Amino acid sequence: MSTTTLAAPIRVNTAGVHARPGIGRLVAVELRKIVDTRAGFWLQVATVALTVAVVIVRCLTGGAADHTFAAVLDAAILPAGVLLPVAGVLLVTSEWSQRTGLITFALVPVRSRVLGAKLVASLILAVAMLAVCVGAVAAGVLAAGADSAWTDATPLIGQCVVYLTAGMVTAVAFGAVLLASAPALVALFALPSAWMGVVSLSLFEGVAPWVDTARALGPMHREVMSSTQWAHAGTALALWMVLPLLIGIWRITRREVTA
Amino acid sequence: MIETQGLTKQLGGRTVVSDVTFRCEPGTVTGFLGPNGAGKTTTMRMLVGLAEPDSGHAEILGGRYRDLPNPGRRVGILLDASAQHSGRRGREALAVSAMTMGVPAQRVDALLELVGLDETAARKRVGQHSLGMRQRLGFAHALLGDPEVLILDEPANGLDPEGMRWMRGLLRGFADRGGTVLLSSHLLAEVEAVADRMMIIGGGRIQAQGTRAELLTESGTIVEAADLAGLDAALRHAGLAAHVADGGRRLVEAEPEIIARAAMAAGVVLHRLAPAEDAGLERLFFELTTSGAEAPSQHGDPIHPELAGALA
Repeated sequence: MSTTTLAAPIRVNTAGVHARPGIGRLVAVELRKIVDTRAGFWLQVATVALTVAVVIVRCLTGGAADHTFAAVLDAAILPAGVLLPVAGVLLVTSEWSQRTGLITFALVPVRSRVLGAKLVASLILAVAMLAVCVGAVAAGVLAAGADSAWTDATPLIGQCVVYLTAGMVTAVAFGAVLLASAPALVALFALPSAWMGVVSLSLFEGVAPWVDTARALGPMHREVMSSTQWAHAGTALALWMVLPLLIGIWRITRREVTA
Repeated sequence: MIETQGLTKQLGGRTVVSDVTFRCEPGTVTGFLGPNGAGKTTTMRMLVGLAEPDSGHAEILGGRYRDLPNPGRRVGILLDASAQHSGRRGREALAVSAMTMGVPAQRVDALLELVGLDETAARKRVGQHSLGMRQRLGFAHALLGDPEVLILDEPANGLDPEGMRWMRGLLRGFADRGGTVLLSSHLLAEVEAVADRMMIIGGGRIQAQGTRAELLTESGTIVEAADLAGLDAALRHAGLAAHVADGGRRLVEAEPEIIARAAMAAGVVLHRLAPAEDAGLERLFFELTTSGAEAPSQHGDPIHPELAGALA
C-alpha cells in the first residue's frame, strides 16, 4: 500500500455523479452477475453442453419420426427448462445467501429497480438460451434429413419462449419469496411435484389440469396448444408464477438487508 | 456531512439503537466507538437505508441516502468486507460495482493498486481471500465512486499494523481534502489516532461525544507523591474522587490546577501531575460502555495493569 498514490488521489470525471443508473445498465449488471461467479459460469456452460448432447443423441438414435424439429426440440429444451430456473433462483437468493445485497441495495436503494433488472436479465437469458437450443436443434434436424421435418416449427418456438421465460420468472419469484438458495431451489422443484400428488386424488380431478404446472405447461414444448390448454397454462402460471412474484416483490422491497 | 436526529430501532422486542443523534462535518474523521453489540452496525445500516428506523431520521449530504440518484458516487460504504460473493474474483467484484455506478473500468485497477492488492490477489476468488485482503478489497470498493463521504464499519478488522497505519493515512488525507469520514470500532486504539471527534455508544445510546480534548476533560489527572497517605487525605478533604493506580499513583478526576491547590493547602509535595490522556480515554470508554451494575466503584479501584503500563 503506497502512501505516494494517496497524495494524488485518483479523481474520476464528475459526469454521472448525479445521474441515476439507467435500467439498461442495471440489466447489464445483472446479466454479468449471472455468469461472473464460478457456479454461475459453469451452470451456463453445462446447460449449453447438455442441450447439444441431447440434440446429438436424439438425431443419432431412433427412426425418422424422432428426427423432426418438433421431436428434437421437445427433448432438447429440457436441460434449459431445468437448469435456467436454478440460475434464476440464485440471481435473487445470492444477494442474501452471499450477502452481496449489502452492496447491491446500497448502490441502488430503490429495490424494485433491482428486482425489475433481475427479471429483465433472466428473460434475456432465457431467450438467448432458447436461441442456442433452436440453433442446435435446427443443425441436428438438417443433418438427420428426415421428411417434413419442419412441421409446426414456428408455433413451437413461440411456445418455448413462453415455457422458458415463464419458468425463469417463476424461479425469480420463488427466490424472492424465500430469499435463501437451498429452500428456494427445493421449493421450486419439489413443491409442484408434491402438489401433483395432492391434485392427482380423484377428489380434485376437475381442478387438476388448471393448477398442476407439469400437466399445464408440459404441452408447451410438445405440441401446438389448443385454447383450452392455453387456459390451463394461464391459470397454473397465475398460481405458481404471478402469486409468488407478488409476494416476492412485497418481501424484497420491505425486508431489511441484514449484515 | 452526516446528520442524524433521534434514530431509534427495535429488533426482536429489544431496543438496539435508542435516540442516537449526531453530526459529522466535512473535513473531519469521526470515530464511532462501542463494544460489540452496542448498536454501531444497526446505526450505520439505518444511515444508508438498509434498515428502517422506528423513529428519528438520518440525512447524508443534506437529504435521505435513498434519494441520492447515484449514491455510490457520493458515499463510500464498507459495512462488511466479507459480504462479497465467494465465487467472484476480487477484480470482478469491484468491476460489477463500477459498472453499476458508471465509473470507468480503469479505476478498478487504480484502486486495486492503491489498496495494495496485486494481480494474484485480484484474480483470486473472494472466498480464498484472507480477512485482511477482503478488508483491502472493501476499502477499494468504498473508494471506487470517488465519494465525498465514507461510512466504514470496523474497517481495521483484520488489518496488520502496517495496514492500520496505511488506513489512518488514507482517512486523514480523505478528510483533509474535505471529505467526511465515519468509522466504527470496538477498539479505542484503532480510531483515537485518526479521529477528530469520537462518539461512544453503549447499550444503543450515545454515552458521550466530542473532540478528544472535550472527552478528556472529565477523565482525570495522574498524581504521584512520596506521602501517599497525606495525598489521599488532601484529596478527600478537597472532595476529589481518586482511584489507586499501579505503582502508588492516583488517578484523580479533576483538573491539575485544582489538585495542585489541594496538595499545597495540605503541604503535600507532588512528584508528578499530568493529564491521564490515553489511559483516561480508555477508562472513560470502558466505564461508559459497561452496564451500571458492572461499573467500577469510585474509590480504590486499581487500573487494569495494561492500562497502567500506558501511564508510564
